Amino acid sequence: MFQETALNVRDKKVQGLFRLIFLMMTLLLIIPVLTILGLLIYKGGGVLSWDFLFTGPTDGMTAGGVFPALLGTVWLVSVALVISVPIGIAAAIYLSEYAADNWFTRIINLAIINLAGVPSIVHALFGVGAFVVFFGFGTSILAASLTLAIMTLPVVIVSTRESLQAVPQAFREACWSMGATRWQTIRRVVLPNSVSGILTGVILEVSRTTGETAPIMFTGAVFFTPFLPQSVFDQTMAMSLHLFVVATQVPGVPEELPFGVALVLIGMVLVMNSVSIAFRVYLRGRKKW
Amino acid sequence: MVEQTAAQVPALTVKDLQIAYAGKPALSGVNLDIRENEIFGIIGPANAGKTSFLKAINRMDVFTPGMAVRGDISFFGYDVATLKNVYALRSAIGVVFPLPVGLPMTIYDNVALAPRLRGIKSSAELDIIVERCLERAALWDEVKDRLDSLGSLLSGGQQQRLTIARALSQEPKLLMLDEFSIAVDPVTTMRIEDVLKELKHEMTIILVTNLVQQARRLADRTAFFLEGSCVEIADTQSLFLGGARDQRTTDYIEGRFG
Repeated sequence: MFQETALNVRDKKVQGLFRLIFLMMTLLLIIPVLTILGLLIYKGGGVLSWDFLFTGPTDGMTAGGVFPALLGTVWLVSVALVISVPIGIAAAIYLSEYAADNWFTRIINLAIINLAGVPSIVHALFGVGAFVVFFGFGTSILAASLTLAIMTLPVVIVSTRESLQAVPQAFREACWSMGATRWQTIRRVVLPNSVSGILTGVILEVSRTTGETAPIMFTGAVFFTPFLPQSVFDQTMAMSLHLFVVATQVPGVPEELPFGVALVLIGMVLVMNSVSIAFRVYLRGRKKW
Repeated sequence: MVEQTAAQVPALTVKDLQIAYAGKPALSGVNLDIRENEIFGIIGPANAGKTSFLKAINRMDVFTPGMAVRGDISFFGYDVATLKNVYALRSAIGVVFPLPVGLPMTIYDNVALAPRLRGIKSSAELDIIVERCLERAALWDEVKDRLDSLGSLLSGGQQQRLTIARALSQEPKLLMLDEFSIAVDPVTTMRIEDVLKELKHEMTIILVTNLVQQARRLADRTAFFLEGSCVEIADTQSLFLGGARDQRTTDYIEGRFG
């Protein structure tokens, strides 16, 4: 009754084969990640030190550290967040909780998708035209961060909207049927149960913004400046642009320096991604329904 | 004498109610009065329009895209369609859903939510309301030591009693139960039924049920809904003692379909 037929044997072989193919493809993913990290650590690990992190470049950018660029990136990302997060969350709340499904909402959704698809260099040119020239902010942290904010807005909106929509509709209906307004329902039921998901999305956005180069190189980030930024109207150096500069634009840079800069940059991104993953795990642990 | 006049003002009057979803009729030609302090049972198979009927009463149609309600519904004499303060209307009507909805907040917060929405802030006052509502929903003894654990993690039967406690915290004049026993074990169902018999003295209750016998046990009068219309309304006693005027009602009650 339970003897294997030739057909069973063949099915098992095919099943095993497919499992193997899928496993191989998955393992392929690890190779580039490990190679990049390995190469960076091997070639650039030597230059890493507290001095490298906390001093400026010296000797015509052929020596010294990355501090102005590091600080500049923190400035750029923070200001971009301050701008994009409130706008993005508000827009997502409107789209998820208030908007009816009509032509107007569909146009907005289409706009968001298209905004997400605009190449970053196009955002850069828009930033130059709008913020640097038209609004007269000049090349400054403000102009660069506004450009970054507009570029990352769709990410914030989409991730926030997904977190909001993960809250079951039955919770909203129960709350509405008690006489709560839409806003009371959002504040007391929807937001408390999606805030962790929203934050996860924001952190992921941070790590993406950190590495962006094109949107900031015409709008606020500079090749080199001996001054640290004092306000959002100053120009600044930035990690991503600094990497480009030391890797291709300056003669006589020792080989390990660009790798060191890249290692610090990828380190920043990895740290933020880890925070985001930790958040997610924490979230799963206290799933409330 | 005063009591007699009070009994004559219907809690709910429905005239020529028609409900459609995106132009497709779901319920039509409903005319009925629901008396104060009665349990009004509504029985009928799926797609009869029972849930739509409840949604029309507390104006939840505005949250349902495509749902259109025509006809007159008056709640203690107020026309619900033209009522300005729909939030006050909804808060005067407690709703219990088919699947228990324990909101993902603590048990205490679940029951304190409606009072808080009404603007009650004093924790002493909230404590009293929470205890009283949980007690009346026959849940207090099981949860009194863990009021700060999550309401959404209670068992199905407990969550359904929590939902009832939450509805009671609204101090409703009307309680609408939509097939409340669908996800609840028989013992809990009986406990909730006992609770409803008590509550009847203080409020009007509409009991939509898929269990014919439940309507028989609880309802003073029963309406039979079928395929988007109200087939008949009668005293529950007479309905179950062979007094149904419509053959379809008799067939349904006796379990020949549905």
